[in-house]
Amino acid sequence: MAFLFFYLFAAVALLSAFSVILQKKAMSSALSLIVCLGAIAMLYVQLEAIFIAVIQVIIYAGAIMVLFLFVIMLLDPASEKLAASLKGLAYIAAPLGILLAILFFQASLAYHPLALEASKAAPSDISSIGMQLFSNYLLPFEVTSILVLVAVMGAVVLAKKKL
Amino acid sequence: MIPVQHYLVVAAALFFIGVVGVLTKRNVITMFMCIELMLNAVNLTFIAFSRYLGKLDGQIFVFFVMTVAAAEAAVGLAIIVALYRNRETLNVDNASSMKW
Repeated sequence: MAFLFFYLFAAVALLSAFSVILQKKAMSSALSLIVCLGAIAMLYVQLEAIFIAVIQVIIYAGAIMVLFLFVIMLLDPASEKLAASLKGLAYIAAPLGILLAILFFQASLAYHPLALEASKAAPSDISSIGMQLFSNYLLPFEVTSILVLVAVMGAVVLAKKKL
Repeated sequence: MIPVQHYLVVAAALFFIGVVGVLTKRNVITMFMCIELMLNAVNLTFIAFSRYLGKLDGQIFVFFVMTVAAAEAAVGLAIIVALYRNRETLNVDNASSMKW
């Protein structure tokens, strides 16, 4: 049952990720990416990271992708020709990329499995995440708030009429 | 229990799909979406290790990565809007005045 669940949503994630790069229109890519993010959220559920799964749906699929869709509809990129252009360099890049991918998969599979087979799940409810966030990770948390503030100001300045 | 390697292989595959997208696409918005895909692949690796090591730190890191991704999306899309307003294009090959 767990295997079925995993392979189902892993397949959905990979197929929709392929769809993201194979679609011609940016709008179709964005909709495929939303499906991919949802499937990844289901994998988080299976990994017992409920809080992360929820904020994946709310922040990624709900906020970031809506921002993308707004910009795509605002700018209408379909009005100009934007085909994926694979030129001469692709013949060198493709073998090198495949080699690098094989190395990655080898590294993934070679990870020592014994230490990671049977482990107890850490308590991953919101309260224990909050305790970690406000004790061990307090400084990064505060720095993040400054980052968000700077990002807000940057977005406002960049989107002004007169740059 | 599903071995952790399965999650790692899925995450690596998602990451490489994102890399291929960034390298082959010429539409700046689609390239940006492929970067988000790569961030998500890394998040999946973090969560898988967090579960299999029985530690919560991976989930905290994913929280920070998501915050940075949201900030990046806001600023990046503002830059794209400004670029389109000044150049009337979304093709990265037409916006290369800082290249050489």
